[in-house]
Amino acid sequence: MSSEDLDVEYVAELARIRLTPEEVATFRSQLGHVLEHVARLNRLNVAGVEPTAHSFPIYNVFRADEVKPSLPREEALANAPRQAEGLFLVTKVLD
Amino acid sequence: MDQIFTLDVHGLRSKLAAHEVSPVEVVRALARRIEAVDPAVRGYLSIDLERAIGEAEAADVTKPLGGVPIAIKDVISVRGAPCTCGSRILAGYRAPYDATVIARLRAAGAIPFGRTNMDEFAMGSSTENSAFGPTHNPYDPARTPGGSSGGSAAVVAADEAFAALGSDTGGSIRQPAAFCGCVGFKPTYGRVSRYGLVAFASSLDQIGPFTKTVRDAALLLNAIAGVDPCDSTSLDEPVPDFTTNLDRGVKGVRLGLPREYFVSGLDPQVERAVRQAVEHYAKLGAEIVEVSLPHTEYALSTYYIIAPAEASANLARFDGVRYGYRAEQPGDLLEHYGRTREEGFGAEVKRRIILGTYALSSGYYDAYYLKAQKARTLIRDDFSRAFRRVDAIVCPTSPTPAFKLGERANDPLSMYLADVFTLAANMAGICGVSIPCGFAEAEGKLLPIGLQILGNSLEEGRVLQVANAYEQTTDWHKRRPQSVTGNA
Repeated sequence: MSSEDLDVEYVAELARIRLTPEEVATFRSQLGHVLEHVARLNRLNVAGVEPTAHSFPIYNVFRADEVKPSLPREEALANAPRQAEGLFLVTKVLD
Repeated sequence: MDQIFTLDVHGLRSKLAAHEVSPVEVVRALARRIEAVDPAVRGYLSIDLERAIGEAEAADVTKPLGGVPIAIKDVISVRGAPCTCGSRILAGYRAPYDATVIARLRAAGAIPFGRTNMDEFAMGSSTENSAFGPTHNPYDPARTPGGSSGGSAAVVAADEAFAALGSDTGGSIRQPAAFCGCVGFKPTYGRVSRYGLVAFASSLDQIGPFTKTVRDAALLLNAIAGVDPCDSTSLDEPVPDFTTNLDRGVKGVRLGLPREYFVSGLDPQVERAVRQAVEHYAKLGAEIVEVSLPHTEYALSTYYIIAPAEASANLARFDGVRYGYRAEQPGDLLEHYGRTREEGFGAEVKRRIILGTYALSSGYYDAYYLKAQKARTLIRDDFSRAFRRVDAIVCPTSPTPAFKLGERANDPLSMYLADVFTLAANMAGICGVSIPCGFAEAEGKLLPIGLQILGNSLEEGRVLQVANAYEQTTDWHKRRPQSVTGNA
């Protein structure tokens, strides 16, 4: 792992965030410092160590299969920046 | 009754239950206090006085928190109220339902009152990353209140709230509590439901209280803790009455002092105050034991892989479709996403999404994310080993007192270091509290210092007992800031 590998423009594209050229330069430098710090993990021997995703893994949490009231459509749509006919409006995907 | 806002929750409850003051009078008094003080503190983002008065009129003062107004960090959903998360991308959004903690506070008779400022999406340690401007430290308005729950800490410290809720992903309750001189409690992961908390890093986030006293923290935990069918990570464990053992003292209690927390970078005034607190515990009869948390030096690196990775996934939901800001007139869908998120998010959120996306991206996943998850195991094991020898761990909450506004804003790594002593607890899932333990002097101002007490999973009662033993035999928690608030 090395801070040299971070291609800010490419990763921002993956994350669907447009950046100005100034932001790209600033983030490259700032995140470079962070990654240099993170590189100390290279010194750590983790052979044979199990990863931890959750401090308290709980499995198979079920609830009774009962129909319960959910958010009415008007309320679910109330925060939508654009809507029509009871639906969220998205930007056109296909021509 | 003019000074009613100086009361703690316990004291206010006595007056309400005895009908010496009505919930409506309390809400009005608090509103006047906020009006007088908050222009200098800027701890609140919004307040719905009319609604709070309506709820106060209906309050049942016989309930455990009956008629007590409680400030809420602007990341926790209250039905019909704004929930900006300190972000432009959620300006104008109104939460469609109550978070479980809010439903539980209501069931206990409390009144959610006021939305507190925060770093955008809880990412930060100074509240400067709020899209709506910073909060000022009540002890010195030129300094930060800490973060990310800086608004909640500041309004409690400035007597603009009797108590508040915040959230803690890497120290966002404990560190601002230390900077502002109040009590801030992070429960065990899963102890409190996260349903209705806007997610930052789902395996680390936990809601907890800010209060003026340790007893009040116990009272609020009593109300909000417990398993919730709406949060499958909440723990199905019995919830004791957290006030029961508060007064048991620390005679014979073994307190661990982690040697890795007393290192270079620790402010000498902070070190002195914490060491004096440890001596105080010894005088009270506690047994002080040196312990080692050998992987402490890897905690910050581990955290800044795991938390941004989870954040990058959680914040994918902000796409300008179902809620929030949406860029005008995009040419196509990719531009819609790219510009919505460019214009909606602030710099720190963008940085963390990029860092997290990178750590999860093809070719780097094993080197960063998987490695960090393994390091997390070692960090958790450090605490498990320590808690076999001691009942609780005592250490500084933050390496320094409150720093100045702007001082670290352009240096993310130096900002991240403000949480170097708090974030390991989130990765281990354990509980902890910060309580006031003294003051540092800087440029003629007195700045609060926090003592952090960490306990093993589900040992909230023990942590509160240890914290209360200190509080009951010291006066630090009675101090109030004078510079902003004009308090005596």
